[in-house]
Amino acid sequence: MSRAEDHSTTLDRMTADHNVNSDSSTPPALIVSHFVQEPAPGTPQAPPPEPSEIRRFLSQRGSGAFADNSFAGVILLCACSIFAIVIFIAAILIKSSHLSIAQFGLKFFSTSDWDPVSGQFGALPFIFGTLATSFLALLIAVPLALGVAVFISELCPRPLRAPISFLTELLAAIPSVVYGLWAVFVLVPLMRDQLGPFLVKYFGWTHLFEGANFGVGLLTAGIILAIMILPIISSITRDIMLSVPNHQREAVLALGATRWEMIRTGVLRNARIGIVGAVILGLGRALGETMAVTMVIGNHAEIAHSLFAPGNTLASVIANEFSEATGDLYLSSLIEIGLALFLVTIIVNAIARLLVWAVTRGAPARVS
Amino acid sequence: MSSTPMLPPRPPIDFDTPVMRFHRSRRKVTNIVVSGLAILATVIVIAPLVAILVYLLYKGASSLNFNFFTKIPAPVGEEGGGMANSIVGSGIILVLASLMGIPIGIAAGVYLSEFGRGKFLANAIRFTADVLNGVPSIVMGIAIYSLIVMRQKHFSAFAGGVALAIMMVPTITRTTEEMLSTVPHAIREAALGLGVPKWRTVLSVSLRTASPGIITGCMLAFARVAGETAPLLFTAFGNQFWSVKLNEPIGALPLQIYVYAISPYDEWHRLAWAGSLVLIVMIMVSVTLVRVFASRGALKGGN
Repeated sequence: MSRAEDHSTTLDRMTADHNVNSDSSTPPALIVSHFVQEPAPGTPQAPPPEPSEIRRFLSQRGSGAFADNSFAGVILLCACSIFAIVIFIAAILIKSSHLSIAQFGLKFFSTSDWDPVSGQFGALPFIFGTLATSFLALLIAVPLALGVAVFISELCPRPLRAPISFLTELLAAIPSVVYGLWAVFVLVPLMRDQLGPFLVKYFGWTHLFEGANFGVGLLTAGIILAIMILPIISSITRDIMLSVPNHQREAVLALGATRWEMIRTGVLRNARIGIVGAVILGLGRALGETMAVTMVIGNHAEIAHSLFAPGNTLASVIANEFSEATGDLYLSSLIEIGLALFLVTIIVNAIARLLVWAVTRGAPARVS
Repeated sequence: MSSTPMLPPRPPIDFDTPVMRFHRSRRKVTNIVVSGLAILATVIVIAPLVAILVYLLYKGASSLNFNFFTKIPAPVGEEGGGMANSIVGSGIILVLASLMGIPIGIAAGVYLSEFGRGKFLANAIRFTADVLNGVPSIVMGIAIYSLIVMRQKHFSAFAGGVALAIMMVPTITRTTEEMLSTVPHAIREAALGLGVPKWRTVLSVSLRTASPGIITGCMLAFARVAGETAPLLFTAFGNQFWSVKLNEPIGALPLQIYVYAISPYDEWHRLAWAGSLVLIVMIMVSVTLVRVFASRGALKGGN
């Protein structure tokens, strides 16, 4: 297993680097000041008649503490600006949506009337649309992403590995609006003419595929979302699976397991928390995805039980109606939807990050 | 003379009973089936990418011409026209975003790697950056709308730049931190040992050594926000005419693609494909560069 050795040595080197970094970030500075305060240990008795060249140079130069401290201050300020950005987004969204919060309260999220003309706003259809499309996307994407990750990290011949992971990363780099464009001109006709009738014919008994099929709707949005979150889930899952120590694989193989049994008991079981984290990270992306969904979901504020029916998500209703929102209440309702989206994605992402960290952070320690 | 009695020789285990044979073949079949499924999944995932790229190349290349880069959009019904104003507008917004986002991002990365290693504050900032990375771009758009556009009472290129800058910061912070942590510690110690102050060490030793990686990290963030549409919808707003003023609505390539894609005119669809091709080529070139630099950067073998 040359690949295995290669991997473990990289990890070893990384661990060594980390240890060095975390242990000795300050000592060098301490040593310098120590040296300056005390006379050189070699000649303790000799009276120092002349300060040496270096000592004179150093004392003329000053300690540099002011420059150091102000530099550290500026850097710290920049780092804290990340906190500031998050707090500030939350504050401004709350402030701008207070009108709608005061008017509707919690009822905003449980009523399904969205009627700008009569001033009735309820976000339930959009919450339903968001959940339905994200769930569909996960249903399609998770098995595929797991397959890709297993293939890349365990089965793939070495020369193929780099090009395939490069291709999946390229998939992640395509902008949302281009996915939308492709979906409008390729996926929607495909859905309308081939895939839709096929689903009606064979899965019509589930009552999920009823009503007119225009090609746009929840299912199309779910499929394009699945294509968009696949690279994220598969690349994080791949990283997590690669961080499973190789002796786990070797131990299972030594017991006579087949390759799949090795993957199942040795790799997937060890990496399961991180994989859940990766899936939740994908969910976070699916919840907030805007442009591609807006272009294919049909934009209709109604809770429908058919997957062919047009719908609307939290993000797409903002994209569609924000610039034409007339009246303060309308605008503030849309901003409240944005606030809800912000809070939900923050919670989802925080959970996912914690899960992914729980796995990848412990990995180097286990190797050494 | 041994006290332990000799054990009778154990009969060899029969590995060839029907049950054993059945289990063995079942395990082999499962192995093959699952490997096949994994390969199938990979093919299914690669297929849409190839489909999108081929279709895009075919549609985009057939409608891309010189006018696309020199003319402003033509009115409905007229042939021709281009996206020159949107390309320039995208450039202006991105330069603005980079000017604001890159210094803050790099500084925060430097803090995480050089000053705050192991501190609670640094862990909290790293976590916040990761979470901020996942906040939907449309939320940035309405936050900046509420902050800048509502106050100024008009859309502006500046507001678009701020929205994109906020999106760049977390990506740059995390890549900078990762790149700095690959700098061998001996180099820093050598500089500090020579009496170089810490700020100088960070600027001319650590950052200098890690600069290829940091530059590519910045390009990655740049490429990511270059394709963003949602935060620009309510900030830069888009413009059908020439405008280079920071205080006025400005065109942007992704916005123009969006507007043209949902329009009912064939001529505009053609331009949307061409615009997508230009956008994708730009992004892919920078992602590929990142890949090349990351795999054989100056940092490899630095120890």
